[in-house]
Amino acid sequence: MTKYSYTEKQDTRSGFGEGLAELGRTNPNVVALCADLVGSLKMQTFIDENPDRFFQVGIAEANMMGLAAGMTIGGKIPFTGTFANFSTGRVYDQIRQSIAYSEKNVKICASHAGLTLGEDGATHQILEDMGMMKMLPNMTVINPCDFNQTKAATIAIAKHHGPVYLRFGRPKVPIFTPKDQKFEIGKALHLVEGTDVTIFATGHLVWEAIEAEAALAEMGIQAEVINIHTIKPLDVKAILASVAKTGCVVTAEEHQMNGGLGDSIAQTLALHHPAPLEMVAVKDTFGESGKPDELMKKYGIDAAHIIAAAKKVIQRK
Amino acid sequence: MNELNIKELERTASQVRRDIVRMVHGASSGHPGGSLGCTDFLVALYFKIMNRKVGFDPDGIGEDLFFLSNGHISPVWYSVLARAGYFEKAELSTFRKIDSRLQGHPATEEGLPGIRVASGSLGQGLSVACGAAQAKKLNNDPHLIYTLMGDGELEEGQVWEAAMYAAHHKIDNIIATVDYNGQQIDGPTEEVMSLGDLKAKWEAFGWEVISSKGNDMANLLQQLEVAKALTGKGKPILNLMHTEMGYGVDFMVGTHKWHGIAPNDEQLTDALNQLEETLGDY
Repeated sequence: MTKYSYTEKQDTRSGFGEGLAELGRTNPNVVALCADLVGSLKMQTFIDENPDRFFQVGIAEANMMGLAAGMTIGGKIPFTGTFANFSTGRVYDQIRQSIAYSEKNVKICASHAGLTLGEDGATHQILEDMGMMKMLPNMTVINPCDFNQTKAATIAIAKHHGPVYLRFGRPKVPIFTPKDQKFEIGKALHLVEGTDVTIFATGHLVWEAIEAEAALAEMGIQAEVINIHTIKPLDVKAILASVAKTGCVVTAEEHQMNGGLGDSIAQTLALHHPAPLEMVAVKDTFGESGKPDELMKKYGIDAAHIIAAAKKVIQRK
Repeated sequence: MNELNIKELERTASQVRRDIVRMVHGASSGHPGGSLGCTDFLVALYFKIMNRKVGFDPDGIGEDLFFLSNGHISPVWYSVLARAGYFEKAELSTFRKIDSRLQGHPATEEGLPGIRVASGSLGQGLSVACGAAQAKKLNNDPHLIYTLMGDGELEEGQVWEAAMYAAHHKIDNIIATVDYNGQQIDGPTEEVMSLGDLKAKWEAFGWEVISSKGNDMANLLQQLEVAKALTGKGKPILNLMHTEMGYGVDFMVGTHKWHGIAPNDEQLTDALNQLEETLGDY
Protein backbone atom coordinates (compact mmCIF):
# COMPACT_ATOMS: atom_id res chain seq x y z
CA MET A 1 0.00 0.00 0.00
CA THR A 2 1.58 3.27 -1.06
CA LYS A 3 1.90 6.14 1.38
CA TYR A 4 0.73 8.48 -1.38
CA SER A 5 -2.56 8.49 -3.21
CA TYR A 6 -4.34 10.58 -5.76
CA THR A 7 -7.86 11.33 -6.78
CA GLU A 8 -7.13 13.26 -9.93
CA LYS A 9 -4.75 13.25 -12.85
CA GLN A 10 -3.65 16.38 -14.65
CA ASP A 11 -0.90 17.35 -17.08
CA THR A 12 2.12 19.19 -15.68
CA ARG A 13 1.89 21.73 -18.54
CA SER A 14 -1.45 22.83 -17.09
CA GLY A 15 0.34 23.42 -13.80
CA PHE A 16 2.69 25.70 -15.72
CA GLY A 17 -0.26 27.51 -17.28
CA GLU A 18 -1.86 28.12 -13.89
CA GLY A 19 1.42 29.25 -12.38
CA LEU A 20 2.03 31.65 -15.23
CA ALA A 21 -1.49 33.04 -14.90
CA GLU A 22 -0.92 33.67 -11.21
CA LEU A 23 2.38 35.41 -11.96
CA GLY A 24 0.51 37.60 -14.43
CA ARG A 25 -1.72 38.77 -11.59
CA THR A 26 1.02 39.24 -9.01
CA ASN A 27 4.20 40.30 -10.81
CA PRO A 28 3.93 43.14 -13.35
CA ASN A 29 7.44 42.44 -14.67
CA VAL A 30 6.59 38.96 -15.90
CA VAL A 31 6.17 38.78 -19.68
CA ALA A 32 5.53 35.73 -21.84
CA LEU A 33 6.62 34.71 -25.32
CA CYS A 34 5.42 31.75 -27.35
CA ALA A 35 6.48 30.21 -30.65
CA ASP A 36 3.06 29.25 -32.04
CA LEU A 37 2.14 26.74 -29.31
CA VAL A 38 -0.11 28.76 -27.01
CA GLY A 39 -2.68 25.99 -26.61
CA SER A 40 -0.13 23.25 -25.99
CA LEU A 41 1.64 25.36 -23.36
CA LYS A 42 -1.63 26.39 -21.67
CA MET A 43 -0.74 30.08 -21.86
CA GLN A 44 -4.17 31.39 -22.87
CA THR A 45 -5.25 32.62 -19.43
CA PHE A 46 -2.11 34.73 -19.07
CA ILE A 47 -2.67 36.11 -22.57
CA ASP A 48 -6.33 36.93 -21.93
CA GLU A 49 -5.52 38.72 -18.70
CA ASN A 50 -2.31 40.43 -19.87
CA PRO A 51 -2.47 40.95 -23.64
CA ASP A 52 0.17 43.69 -23.53
CA ARG A 53 2.64 41.43 -21.79
CA PHE A 54 2.39 38.55 -24.26
CA PHE A 55 4.47 38.31 -27.45
CA GLN A 56 3.59 35.85 -30.20
CA VAL A 57 6.84 35.03 -31.98
CA GLY A 58 5.63 32.59 -34.61
CA ILE A 59 7.66 29.52 -35.53
CA ALA A 60 11.00 31.16 -34.83
CA GLU A 61 12.48 29.81 -31.62
CA ALA A 62 15.98 31.21 -32.14
CA ASN A 63 14.52 34.69 -32.38
CA MET A 64 12.39 34.02 -29.30
CA MET A 65 15.46 33.29 -27.16
CA GLY A 66 17.19 36.47 -28.34
CA LEU A 67 14.06 38.55 -27.77
CA ALA A 68 13.73 37.17 -24.25
CA ALA A 69 17.37 38.03 -23.51
CA GLY A 70 16.77 41.58 -24.73
CA MET A 71 13.58 42.03 -22.74
CA THR A 72 15.45 41.43 -19.48
CA ILE A 73 17.31 44.68 -20.12
CA GLY A 74 15.01 47.10 -18.37
CA GLY A 75 13.84 44.63 -15.74
CA LYS A 76 11.32 42.34 -17.41
CA ILE A 77 11.21 38.63 -16.52
CA PRO A 78 10.50 36.75 -19.77
CA PHE A 79 8.97 33.25 -19.77
CA THR A 80 9.41 31.52 -23.14
CA GLY A 81 7.06 28.71 -24.09
CA THR A 82 7.50 25.96 -26.64
CA PHE A 83 8.16 22.20 -26.72
CA ALA A 84 11.27 20.97 -24.90
CA ASN A 85 12.87 19.96 -28.19
CA PHE A 86 12.54 23.47 -29.62
CA SER A 87 13.46 25.02 -26.27
CA THR A 88 16.90 23.42 -26.16
CA GLY A 89 18.51 21.56 -29.05
CA ARG A 90 17.12 23.85 -31.69
CA VAL A 91 18.33 26.98 -29.93
CA TYR A 92 21.34 25.83 -27.95
CA ASP A 93 23.72 28.48 -29.19
CA GLN A 94 21.19 31.28 -28.66
CA ILE A 95 20.68 30.13 -25.07
CA ARG A 96 24.39 29.66 -24.55
CA GLN A 97 25.51 33.09 -25.73
CA SER A 98 22.56 35.46 -25.30
CA ILE A 99 21.11 33.96 -22.09
CA ALA A 100 23.50 31.76 -20.07
CA TYR A 101 26.83 33.46 -20.78
CA SER A 102 25.12 36.85 -20.68
CA GLU A 103 23.51 35.97 -17.32
CA LYS A 104 20.04 36.97 -18.46
CA ASN A 105 16.99 36.48 -16.26
CA VAL A 106 15.09 34.33 -18.77
CA LYS A 107 12.82 31.42 -17.83
CA ILE A 108 12.85 28.77 -20.56
CA CYS A 109 9.63 26.81 -20.08
CA ALA A 110 9.58 23.56 -21.97
CA SER A 111 6.61 21.28 -22.46
CA HIS A 112 6.17 17.86 -24.09
CA ALA A 113 9.52 16.65 -22.80
CA GLY A 114 10.50 13.02 -23.15
CA LEU A 115 8.83 9.88 -24.45
CA THR A 116 5.42 10.66 -22.95
CA LEU A 117 4.77 13.17 -25.69
CA GLY A 118 3.67 9.93 -27.31
CA GLU A 119 2.30 9.57 -30.81
CA ASP A 120 4.29 12.41 -32.42
CA GLY A 121 7.36 10.21 -32.24
CA ALA A 122 11.09 10.66 -31.86
CA THR A 123 11.42 13.94 -33.78
CA HIS A 124 9.64 15.63 -30.89
CA GLN A 125 10.52 13.32 -27.98
CA ILE A 126 13.63 15.05 -26.71
CA LEU A 127 15.57 12.97 -24.19
CA GLU A 128 18.76 15.04 -24.12
CA ASP A 129 17.43 18.39 -22.96
CA MET A 130 18.38 18.26 -19.29
CA GLY A 131 21.89 17.21 -20.23
CA MET A 132 22.32 20.12 -22.61
CA MET A 133 20.92 22.60 -20.15
CA LYS A 134 22.79 21.39 -17.08
CA MET A 135 26.10 21.70 -18.91
CA LEU A 136 25.63 25.43 -19.31
CA PRO A 137 27.23 27.53 -16.57
CA ASN A 138 24.73 29.85 -14.81
CA MET A 139 21.76 27.65 -15.79
CA THR A 140 19.32 26.21 -13.23
CA VAL A 141 17.47 23.05 -14.35
CA ILE A 142 14.12 22.03 -12.84
CA ASN A 143 11.93 19.01 -13.64
CA PRO A 144 8.84 18.92 -11.38
CA CYS A 145 6.75 15.78 -10.91
CA ASP A 146 3.06 16.71 -11.01
CA PHE A 147 0.57 19.50 -11.64
CA ASN A 148 0.84 21.09 -8.19
CA GLN A 149 4.60 21.02 -8.13
CA THR A 150 4.89 22.43 -11.63
CA LYS A 151 2.62 25.31 -10.68
CA ALA A 152 4.67 26.00 -7.55
CA ALA A 153 7.94 25.77 -9.48
CA THR A 154 6.67 28.20 -12.12
CA ILE A 155 5.87 30.75 -9.44
CA ALA A 156 9.15 30.15 -7.62
CA ILE A 157 11.44 30.67 -10.60
CA ALA A 158 10.15 34.22 -11.10
CA LYS A 159 11.70 35.10 -7.75
CA HIS A 160 15.04 33.50 -8.65
CA HIS A 161 17.34 35.85 -10.55
CA GLY A 162 19.10 34.06 -13.40
CA PRO A 163 18.42 31.74 -16.30
CA VAL A 164 16.21 28.73 -15.57
CA TYR A 165 15.20 25.71 -17.64
CA LEU A 166 11.81 24.43 -16.45
CA ARG A 167 10.83 21.08 -17.96
CA PHE A 168 7.36 19.55 -17.94
CA GLY A 169 5.21 17.24 -20.00
CA ARG A 170 2.12 16.46 -21.99
CA PRO A 171 0.24 13.50 -20.43
CA LYS A 172 -2.13 13.55 -17.47
CA VAL A 173 -0.32 12.11 -14.45
CA PRO A 174 -1.38 11.62 -10.81
CA ILE A 175 -1.51 14.71 -8.61
CA PHE A 176 -0.01 13.62 -5.30
CA THR A 177 1.93 16.61 -3.95
CA PRO A 178 0.25 19.32 -1.84
CA LYS A 179 -1.83 22.00 -3.50
CA ASP A 180 -0.17 25.07 -2.06
CA GLN A 181 3.35 23.79 -1.56
CA LYS A 182 6.38 25.97 -1.13
CA PHE A 183 8.86 25.21 -3.88
CA GLU A 184 12.49 25.54 -2.90
CA ILE A 185 14.92 25.44 -5.83
CA GLY A 186 17.72 22.96 -5.24
CA LYS A 187 16.06 21.23 -2.28
CA ALA A 188 15.52 17.48 -2.60
CA LEU A 189 12.23 16.20 -1.17
CA HIS A 190 12.11 13.05 0.94
CA LEU A 191 8.88 11.27 0.01
CA VAL A 192 9.44 7.89 1.71
CA GLU A 193 11.99 6.93 4.34
CA GLY A 194 13.80 3.62 3.86
CA THR A 195 16.99 1.77 4.69
CA ASP A 196 17.73 -0.74 1.92
CA VAL A 197 18.05 1.35 -1.23
CA THR A 198 17.55 4.99 -2.27
CA ILE A 199 15.48 5.76 -5.34
CA PHE A 200 16.24 9.24 -6.69
CA ALA A 201 13.53 10.12 -9.20
CA THR A 202 12.62 13.21 -11.19
CA GLY A 203 9.64 14.39 -13.23
CA HIS A 204 7.09 11.81 -14.31
CA LEU A 205 9.24 9.04 -12.82
CA VAL A 206 8.58 10.21 -9.25
CA TRP A 207 5.11 8.64 -9.25
CA GLU A 208 6.56 5.47 -10.79
CA ALA A 209 9.09 5.42 -7.95
CA ILE A 210 6.31 5.70 -5.38
CA GLU A 211 4.50 2.75 -6.94
CA ALA A 212 7.75 0.80 -7.06
CA GLU A 213 8.40 1.54 -3.38
CA ALA A 214 5.01 0.11 -2.40
CA ALA A 215 5.66 -3.07 -4.38
CA LEU A 216 9.17 -3.41 -2.93
CA ALA A 217 7.76 -3.00 0.60
CA GLU A 218 5.50 -5.97 0.00
CA MET A 219 8.64 -7.95 -0.86
CA GLY A 220 10.24 -6.82 2.38
CA ILE A 221 12.54 -4.20 0.84
CA GLN A 222 12.46 -0.77 2.48
CA ALA A 223 13.20 1.76 -0.25
CA GLU A 224 13.81 5.44 0.37
CA VAL A 225 12.24 7.68 -2.29
CA ILE A 226 13.59 11.15 -2.93
CA ASN A 227 12.19 13.61 -5.47
CA ILE A 228 15.03 15.44 -7.18
CA HIS A 229 13.00 18.19 -8.84
CA THR A 230 16.08 20.35 -9.29
CA ILE A 231 18.69 18.70 -11.47
CA LYS A 232 20.99 21.69 -11.11
CA PRO A 233 22.02 22.80 -8.56
CA LEU A 234 21.90 19.27 -7.21
CA ASP A 235 21.14 18.74 -3.51
CA VAL A 236 24.42 16.93 -2.87
CA LYS A 237 24.01 17.03 0.89
CA ALA A 238 20.65 15.25 0.84
CA ILE A 239 21.90 12.69 -1.68
CA LEU A 240 24.98 11.79 0.35
CA ALA A 241 23.01 11.61 3.61
CA SER A 242 20.59 9.13 2.08
CA VAL A 243 23.29 6.98 0.47
CA ALA A 244 25.19 6.86 3.76
CA LYS A 245 22.08 5.23 5.21
CA THR A 246 21.04 2.87 2.38
CA GLY A 247 24.35 2.10 0.67
CA CYS A 248 22.97 1.77 -2.87
CA VAL A 249 21.08 3.82 -5.39
CA VAL A 250 18.56 3.67 -8.22
CA THR A 251 17.97 6.77 -10.37
CA ALA A 252 14.81 7.16 -12.43
CA GLU A 253 14.08 9.68 -15.14
CA GLU A 254 12.46 10.22 -18.52
CA HIS A 255 15.73 11.17 -20.20
CA GLN A 256 18.81 9.68 -21.78
CA MET A 257 21.10 7.93 -19.35
CA ASN A 258 23.88 10.08 -20.79
CA GLY A 259 23.54 13.56 -19.36
CA GLY A 260 20.55 13.04 -17.12
CA LEU A 261 19.87 12.82 -13.39
CA GLY A 262 21.58 9.43 -13.12
CA ASP A 263 24.69 10.89 -14.67
CA SER A 264 24.72 13.73 -12.13
CA ILE A 265 24.19 11.35 -9.21
CA ALA A 266 26.89 8.99 -10.51
CA GLN A 267 29.30 11.91 -10.56
CA THR A 268 28.33 12.88 -7.03
CA LEU A 269 28.80 9.32 -5.75
CA ALA A 270 32.10 8.83 -7.57
CA LEU A 271 33.47 12.05 -6.11
CA HIS A 272 32.19 11.72 -2.54
CA HIS A 273 30.80 8.29 -1.67
CA PRO A 274 31.21 5.46 -4.18
CA ALA A 275 28.22 3.12 -4.01
CA PRO A 276 26.41 0.69 -6.36
CA LEU A 277 24.12 2.49 -8.77
CA GLU A 278 21.53 1.39 -11.33
CA MET A 279 20.00 3.87 -13.76
CA VAL A 280 16.43 3.71 -14.99
CA ALA A 281 16.67 5.88 -18.09
CA VAL A 282 16.61 5.63 -21.86
CA LYS A 283 19.69 3.75 -23.00
CA ASP A 284 21.18 5.70 -25.91
CA THR A 285 18.31 5.25 -28.34
CA PHE A 286 15.67 7.49 -29.90
CA GLY A 287 12.01 6.94 -29.07
CA GLU A 288 9.10 6.17 -31.42
CA SER A 289 5.37 6.71 -31.80
CA GLY A 290 3.07 5.08 -29.28
CA LYS A 291 1.02 5.67 -26.16
CA PRO A 292 2.93 7.10 -23.19
CA ASP A 293 2.54 4.03 -20.97
CA GLU A 294 3.49 1.70 -23.83
CA LEU A 295 6.61 3.76 -24.49
CA MET A 296 7.64 3.90 -20.84
CA LYS A 297 7.36 0.13 -20.64
CA LYS A 298 9.17 -0.56 -23.90
CA TYR A 299 12.03 1.87 -23.16
CA GLY A 300 12.44 0.68 -19.59
CA ILE A 301 11.40 3.69 -17.54
CA ASP A 302 8.38 2.55 -15.49
CA ALA A 303 7.75 1.21 -11.98
CA ALA A 304 8.51 -2.37 -13.04
CA HIS A 305 11.97 -1.37 -14.21
CA ILE A 306 12.60 0.58 -11.00
CA ILE A 307 11.68 -2.52 -8.98
CA ALA A 308 14.04 -4.69 -11.02
CA ALA A 309 16.83 -2.11 -10.71
CA ALA A 310 16.34 -1.88 -6.93
CA LYS A 311 16.57 -5.65 -6.48
CA LYS A 312 19.66 -5.78 -8.68
CA VAL A 313 21.48 -2.92 -6.97
CA ILE A 314 20.85 -4.35 -3.50
CA GLN A 315 22.59 -7.55 -4.65
CA ARG A 316 25.63 -5.47 -5.61
CA LYS A 317 26.08 -3.98 -2.13
CA MET B 1 27.05 65.77 -22.50
CA ASN B 2 28.96 67.99 -24.89
CA GLU B 3 28.28 67.19 -28.50
CA LEU B 4 31.25 67.30 -30.82
CA ASN B 5 31.30 68.95 -34.23
CA ILE B 6 32.27 67.08 -37.37
CA LYS B 7 35.93 68.01 -37.15
CA GLU B 8 36.13 66.87 -33.54
CA LEU B 9 34.34 63.64 -34.38
CA GLU B 10 36.82 62.94 -37.17
CA ARG B 11 39.71 63.60 -34.80
CA THR B 12 38.17 61.20 -32.28
CA ALA B 13 37.80 58.61 -35.04
CA SER B 14 41.49 58.95 -35.88
CA GLN B 15 42.41 58.21 -32.28
CA VAL B 16 40.02 55.25 -32.16
CA ARG B 17 41.65 53.83 -35.30
CA ARG B 18 45.05 54.14 -33.62
CA ASP B 19 43.65 52.30 -30.61
CA ILE B 20 42.30 49.53 -32.86
CA VAL B 21 45.54 48.76 -34.65
CA ARG B 22 47.55 49.01 -31.43
CA MET B 23 45.14 46.70 -29.55
CA VAL B 24 45.12 44.08 -32.29
CA HIS B 25 48.90 44.31 -32.61
CA GLY B 26 49.29 44.03 -28.84
CA ALA B 27 47.12 40.93 -28.71
CA SER B 28 48.63 39.46 -31.90
CA SER B 29 45.03 38.66 -32.83
CA GLY B 30 41.66 40.27 -33.39
CA HIS B 31 39.67 41.83 -36.19
CA PRO B 32 40.98 45.16 -37.48
CA GLY B 33 39.18 45.29 -40.85
CA GLY B 34 35.55 45.64 -39.76
CA SER B 35 36.62 47.66 -36.72
CA LEU B 36 38.29 50.32 -38.88
CA GLY B 37 35.35 50.36 -41.28
CA CYS B 38 32.81 50.97 -38.50
CA THR B 39 34.86 53.47 -36.51
CA ASP B 40 33.09 56.56 -37.83
CA PHE B 41 29.68 55.00 -37.11
CA LEU B 42 30.45 54.15 -33.50
CA VAL B 43 32.09 57.52 -32.88
CA ALA B 44 29.02 59.24 -34.34
CA LEU B 45 26.69 57.17 -32.18
CA TYR B 46 28.45 57.60 -28.86
CA PHE B 47 29.61 61.20 -29.25
CA LYS B 48 26.71 62.74 -31.14
CA ILE B 49 23.65 60.64 -31.95
CA MET B 50 22.78 58.63 -28.86
CA ASN B 51 21.16 60.15 -25.83
CA ARG B 52 23.25 58.59 -23.08
CA LYS B 53 23.28 58.87 -19.33
CA VAL B 54 26.53 59.45 -17.49
CA GLY B 55 27.93 56.15 -16.19
CA PHE B 56 26.74 52.65 -16.91
CA ASP B 57 23.29 51.37 -15.94
CA PRO B 58 22.87 47.76 -17.11
CA ASP B 59 19.09 48.22 -17.37
CA GLY B 60 19.58 51.35 -19.46
CA ILE B 61 16.28 52.93 -18.51
CA GLY B 62 15.97 56.53 -19.69
CA GLU B 63 18.69 56.41 -22.33
CA ASP B 64 19.37 55.15 -25.85
CA LEU B 65 21.09 51.76 -26.02
CA PHE B 66 23.46 50.17 -28.51
CA PHE B 67 23.90 46.44 -29.21
CA LEU B 68 26.80 45.10 -31.28
CA SER B 69 25.74 41.94 -33.08
CA ASN B 70 28.95 41.37 -35.05
CA GLY B 71 30.94 41.03 -31.85
CA HIS B 72 34.24 40.34 -33.57
CA ILE B 73 34.68 44.07 -34.17
CA SER B 74 35.08 44.46 -30.42
CA PRO B 75 38.26 46.60 -30.75
CA VAL B 76 36.33 49.56 -32.12
CA TRP B 77 33.60 49.23 -29.49
CA TYR B 78 36.07 48.94 -26.62
CA SER B 79 38.01 51.95 -27.81
CA VAL B 80 34.87 54.05 -28.22
CA LEU B 81 33.54 52.96 -24.81
CA ALA B 82 36.84 53.91 -23.17
CA ARG B 83 37.05 57.21 -25.00
CA ALA B 84 33.42 57.93 -24.03
CA GLY B 85 34.31 57.43 -20.38
CA TYR B 86 32.90 54.00 -19.52
CA PHE B 87 36.32 52.80 -18.31
CA GLU B 88 39.94 53.95 -18.29
CA LYS B 89 41.67 53.97 -21.66
CA ALA B 90 44.70 52.23 -20.09
CA GLU B 91 42.59 49.08 -19.89
CA LEU B 92 42.59 48.86 -23.70
CA SER B 93 46.09 47.36 -23.41
CA THR B 94 44.59 44.23 -21.82
CA PHE B 95 42.53 43.35 -24.92
CA ARG B 96 42.37 39.56 -25.46
CA LYS B 97 44.84 38.90 -22.63
CA ILE B 98 44.40 36.68 -19.59
CA ASP B 99 42.33 38.14 -16.70
CA SER B 100 41.03 40.98 -18.89
CA ARG B 101 37.53 42.45 -19.01
CA LEU B 102 38.15 43.05 -22.73
CA GLN B 103 37.38 39.58 -24.04
CA GLY B 104 38.04 38.65 -27.64
CA HIS B 105 34.32 39.04 -28.22
CA PRO B 106 32.15 41.27 -25.99
CA ALA B 107 30.93 39.66 -22.79
CA THR B 108 29.13 40.61 -19.60
CA GLU B 109 30.68 38.08 -17.25
CA GLU B 110 33.75 40.19 -16.42
CA GLY B 111 31.56 43.24 -15.87
CA LEU B 112 32.96 45.60 -18.50
CA PRO B 113 30.84 48.78 -18.36
CA GLY B 114 28.92 49.49 -21.55
CA ILE B 115 28.16 45.88 -22.50
CA ARG B 116 24.75 44.36 -21.85
CA VAL B 117 24.86 41.07 -23.74
CA ALA B 118 27.54 38.80 -25.16
CA SER B 119 27.96 38.62 -28.93
CA GLY B 120 30.28 36.86 -31.31
CA SER B 121 28.28 33.91 -32.50
CA LEU B 122 26.59 35.78 -35.33
CA GLY B 123 22.97 36.52 -36.08
CA GLN B 124 21.69 37.00 -32.54
CA GLY B 125 21.99 40.74 -31.95
CA LEU B 126 18.93 41.90 -33.86
CA SER B 127 16.71 39.58 -31.80
CA VAL B 128 18.19 40.90 -28.57
CA ALA B 129 17.82 44.48 -29.76
CA CYS B 130 14.16 43.90 -30.69
CA GLY B 131 13.54 42.48 -27.21
CA ALA B 132 15.20 45.49 -25.60
CA ALA B 133 13.13 47.79 -27.82
CA GLN B 134 9.92 46.11 -26.66
CA ALA B 135 11.06 46.36 -23.04
CA LYS B 136 11.44 50.12 -23.61
CA LYS B 137 7.86 50.28 -24.85
CA LEU B 138 6.63 48.27 -21.85
CA ASN B 139 8.48 50.68 -19.57
CA ASN B 140 7.06 53.73 -21.40
CA ASP B 141 10.65 54.76 -22.09
CA PRO B 142 10.76 56.85 -25.29
CA HIS B 143 14.46 56.24 -25.96
CA LEU B 144 15.81 54.35 -28.96
CA ILE B 145 17.65 51.09 -29.57
CA TYR B 146 20.57 51.01 -32.01
CA THR B 147 22.22 47.88 -33.29
CA LEU B 148 24.93 46.99 -35.79
CA MET B 149 25.28 43.84 -37.89
CA GLY B 150 27.78 42.76 -40.50
CA ASP B 151 26.61 42.18 -44.06
CA GLY B 152 28.01 38.64 -44.10
CA GLU B 153 26.06 38.13 -40.87
CA LEU B 154 22.85 38.48 -42.86
CA GLU B 155 23.52 34.95 -44.07
CA GLU B 156 22.33 33.77 -40.64
CA GLY B 157 18.64 32.82 -40.71
CA GLN B 158 17.88 34.23 -37.28
CA VAL B 159 18.38 37.75 -38.62
CA TRP B 160 15.40 37.27 -40.90
CA GLU B 161 13.29 35.78 -38.12
CA ALA B 162 13.93 38.97 -36.18
CA ALA B 163 13.30 41.13 -39.25
CA MET B 164 9.88 39.54 -39.76
CA TYR B 165 9.07 39.87 -36.06
CA ALA B 166 10.04 43.54 -35.81
CA ALA B 167 7.77 44.55 -38.67
CA HIS B 168 4.86 42.42 -37.43
CA HIS B 169 5.08 43.89 -33.95
CA LYS B 170 5.64 47.44 -35.27
CA ILE B 171 8.88 47.92 -33.36
CA ASP B 172 9.45 51.50 -34.47
CA ASN B 173 11.95 52.48 -31.77
CA ILE B 174 14.85 50.58 -33.32
CA ILE B 175 17.48 51.70 -35.83
CA ALA B 176 19.42 48.71 -37.12
CA THR B 177 22.52 49.29 -39.20
CA VAL B 178 24.15 46.88 -41.62
CA ASP B 179 27.89 47.33 -42.21
CA TYR B 180 27.72 46.91 -45.97
CA ASN B 181 31.39 46.45 -46.85
CA GLY B 182 30.94 43.51 -49.20
CA GLN B 183 33.61 41.42 -47.45
CA GLN B 184 33.62 38.41 -45.18
CA ILE B 185 36.32 36.04 -43.93
CA ASP B 186 36.53 33.82 -46.96
CA GLY B 187 36.28 36.60 -49.54
CA PRO B 188 33.89 39.11 -51.10
CA THR B 189 30.28 38.43 -50.11
CA GLU B 190 29.31 38.18 -53.75
CA GLU B 191 31.63 35.18 -54.07
CA VAL B 192 30.98 33.55 -50.71
CA MET B 193 27.20 34.03 -50.60
CA SER B 194 25.66 36.73 -52.70
CA LEU B 195 23.40 39.01 -50.68
CA GLY B 196 21.22 40.16 -53.57
CA ASP B 197 19.28 43.39 -53.35
CA LEU B 198 19.49 44.14 -49.64
CA LYS B 199 17.34 47.26 -49.83
CA ALA B 200 14.56 45.35 -51.55
CA LYS B 201 14.89 42.46 -49.13
CA TRP B 202 14.57 44.61 -46.01
CA GLU B 203 11.72 46.58 -47.56
CA ALA B 204 9.96 43.34 -48.43
CA PHE B 205 10.27 42.37 -44.77
CA GLY B 206 8.46 45.57 -43.83
CA TRP B 207 11.31 47.84 -42.82
CA GLU B 208 11.89 51.50 -43.65
CA VAL B 209 15.29 51.50 -45.38
CA ILE B 210 17.76 54.35 -45.67
CA SER B 211 21.35 54.28 -46.86
CA SER B 212 24.42 56.11 -45.62
CA LYS B 213 28.11 56.53 -46.32
CA GLY B 214 29.71 55.04 -43.27
CA ASN B 215 33.15 56.55 -43.78
CA ASP B 216 31.87 60.08 -44.44
CA MET B 217 31.12 61.69 -41.08
CA ALA B 218 28.94 64.48 -42.49
CA ASN B 219 26.79 62.09 -44.50
CA LEU B 220 26.61 59.63 -41.64
CA LEU B 221 25.37 62.23 -39.16
CA GLN B 222 22.83 63.53 -41.65
CA GLN B 223 21.47 60.05 -42.42
CA LEU B 224 21.33 59.00 -38.79
CA GLU B 225 19.23 62.10 -38.12
CA VAL B 226 16.98 61.02 -41.00
CA ALA B 227 16.71 57.60 -39.39
CA LYS B 228 15.78 59.12 -36.03
CA ALA B 229 13.08 61.20 -37.69
CA LEU B 230 11.60 58.01 -39.14
CA THR B 231 11.16 56.35 -35.75
CA GLY B 232 7.77 56.25 -34.06
CA LYS B 233 5.89 55.72 -37.32
CA GLY B 234 5.03 52.04 -36.97
CA LYS B 235 7.98 50.58 -38.84
CA PRO B 236 11.49 49.46 -37.85
CA ILE B 237 14.35 51.38 -39.49
CA LEU B 238 17.25 49.82 -41.38
CA ASN B 239 20.36 51.83 -42.21
CA LEU B 240 22.27 50.25 -45.08
CA MET B 241 25.68 51.71 -44.34
CA HIS B 242 28.27 51.53 -47.08
CA THR B 243 31.77 51.24 -45.65
CA GLU B 244 35.19 50.04 -46.64
CA MET B 245 36.70 47.30 -44.56
CA GLY B 246 40.00 48.55 -43.15
CA TYR B 247 39.22 52.22 -43.83
CA GLY B 248 41.97 54.59 -42.72
CA VAL B 249 44.94 52.29 -43.24
CA ASP B 250 45.94 52.08 -46.89
CA PHE B 251 47.24 48.53 -46.92
CA MET B 252 44.19 47.20 -45.05
CA VAL B 253 41.44 48.95 -46.97
CA GLY B 254 38.92 47.22 -49.18
CA THR B 255 40.03 43.62 -48.70
CA HIS B 256 38.83 40.69 -46.63
CA LYS B 257 42.47 39.76 -45.97
CA TRP B 258 42.56 42.03 -42.90
CA HIS B 259 39.27 40.76 -41.52
CA GLY B 260 40.85 38.79 -38.72
CA ILE B 261 44.64 39.11 -38.58
CA ALA B 262 47.00 41.37 -36.63
CA PRO B 263 49.68 43.66 -38.08
CA ASN B 264 53.34 42.94 -37.33
CA ASP B 265 55.65 45.60 -35.85
CA GLU B 266 56.53 47.10 -39.20
CA GLN B 267 52.93 47.18 -40.37
CA LEU B 268 51.88 48.77 -37.08
CA THR B 269 54.37 51.60 -37.59
CA ASP B 270 53.15 52.05 -41.15
CA ALA B 271 49.51 52.16 -39.97
CA LEU B 272 50.16 54.59 -37.12
CA ASN B 273 51.99 56.94 -39.49
CA GLN B 274 48.69 57.28 -41.36
CA LEU B 275 46.57 58.00 -38.26
CA GLU B 276 47.02 61.18 -36.28
CA GLU B 277 47.27 60.85 -32.51
CA THR B 278 44.64 63.35 -31.40
CA LEU B 279 43.60 62.41 -27.87
CA GLY B 280 46.68 60.64 -26.54
CA ASP B 281 47.38 56.93 -26.99
CA TYR B 282 46.48 54.59 -24.15
